[in-house]
Amino acid sequence: MLTNESLRLMIAIQHLSKRFGKLTVLNDVCLTLQGGHCVALIGPNGSGKTTLIKSILGMVVPQSGKITVKGKDIANEWQYRNRIGYMPQIGRYPENMSIGQVLNMMKDIRKMPESALDKELFVAFGLDGMLDKRMRTLSGGTRQKVSACLAFLFNPEVLILDEPTAGLDPLSTELLKDKIITETQRNKLVIITSHVLSDLDDLVSEVIYMQEGKPLFHKSLQSLKTATGTDKLSKAVAQVIAIHELID
Amino acid sequence: MKKIIKYVIADLLRSRTIIVYTAVLLILSFSVFSMEDNAEKGVASLLSIVLFVVPLVSILFSTVYLYNSSEFIELLVSQPLRRKVIWMSIFTGLAGAVSLAFIVGVGIPVAFYAFTASGILLVLCGCALSLVFVSIALWAAVRIRDKAKGIGLSILLWLYFALLFDALVLFFLFQFSDYPIESAMVALSMLNPIDISRILILLQIDVSAMMGYTGAIFRNFFGTAGGMATTAAVLVLWTVMPLWFSLRFFKRKDL
Repeated sequence: MLTNESLRLMIAIQHLSKRFGKLTVLNDVCLTLQGGHCVALIGPNGSGKTTLIKSILGMVVPQSGKITVKGKDIANEWQYRNRIGYMPQIGRYPENMSIGQVLNMMKDIRKMPESALDKELFVAFGLDGMLDKRMRTLSGGTRQKVSACLAFLFNPEVLILDEPTAGLDPLSTELLKDKIITETQRNKLVIITSHVLSDLDDLVSEVIYMQEGKPLFHKSLQSLKTATGTDKLSKAVAQVIAIHELID
Repeated sequence: MKKIIKYVIADLLRSRTIIVYTAVLLILSFSVFSMEDNAEKGVASLLSIVLFVVPLVSILFSTVYLYNSSEFIELLVSQPLRRKVIWMSIFTGLAGAVSLAFIVGVGIPVAFYAFTASGILLVLCGCALSLVFVSIALWAAVRIRDKAKGIGLSILLWLYFALLFDALVLFFLFQFSDYPIESAMVALSMLNPIDISRILILLQIDVSAMMGYTGAIFRNFFGTAGGMATTAAVLVLWTVMPLWFSLRFFKRKDL
């Protein structure tokens, strides 16, 4: 059991701290995340969710602490990002480029053979019919679709989705959710931040609740639901927070 | 690295600003040369326009581009790429696009009307100034997160190099007019890439006779091969130093 767990260990975060000036955004965060799980990263605005994600991606350089991806320290590294697919909160691309050009650029950067690409979402969203459209003419939702496709396109072992359903229409949201479930079953690690907890209900297997730069709890969805006796994520989270506040 | 340069240049060349800049330079140069019957006089008139417009457009366009493509840079940083490669590609793309516009806009008319030493030097200095001010823009934009402040700083920097510096030099001249400061003037001019270019080209056009004793000192320094080499080295330094500082900062920047 132990060997199995260490094999599936994807990301380990040890004593990670980040300050922006006087403001402490991440305060001694320790987390371990394993493949085959879909982790919901939730918490109030400004609790450090996006900073945590950006630290994993190397976009934010922490003051102290260590992050390892598949056992390797990521400080000053860049190759490890081949294993990660990232969907940003607001995806913006060069305004003058067409969807096709953005896709080609990404393929160029990742150097992956055409046959190994995962074009499922790309076809499902119907983006193959609008390859010539310039990025500046796209609506917010279509940009989100492009971002989602790019995150999944290279079959990464870790998927990081920052507010993936914001701005997507209901049909596309369902398509994306189905895709997330399939990828989780393929032993990948999916990290989702979202404020729409009802979207996460049938996706996630673990929940991390961040507050003031620290994970308040990291529990499996099942244990969270049994402990609180509810079957809705939103209610369970609300109850746990209420209990925590009582203790404080 | 080539891949990203390719995309940055493709993106830049499609933007209207660069096309308008090229067209304005073309129209200006052709009209200046068709008004002046003497090629050297044409170069002299074009010089003042070039020294004013090229730094302004290079620094402002680059700063605005960097702020507008901050999300694109973020996207690249989240991909398996070295930060150094990303930053150098952006510099190469911007510098390439701005100097290409200059070469088309001024180089072609010069080749038609004033294919002389001074004309060629004008084109070379224009390209060097493009690189210098793109490099300074990179430094300004990487240090300051706020777009309005960053653009403000780049305008101030241009104002300093194009106008304020000369005022300071004049002040210095009058204060120390009793002393032999001609050699100090040569050293002082090295602190401003625009001044270096102006002196280099004016000496080539042979109007240095009108600059009196200082002109003779300049001629003695800038006219020699050693002086030329030093000047070229200083211009390269003006490109490399801000770029190096900006790269050092970009590597540690939180995006």
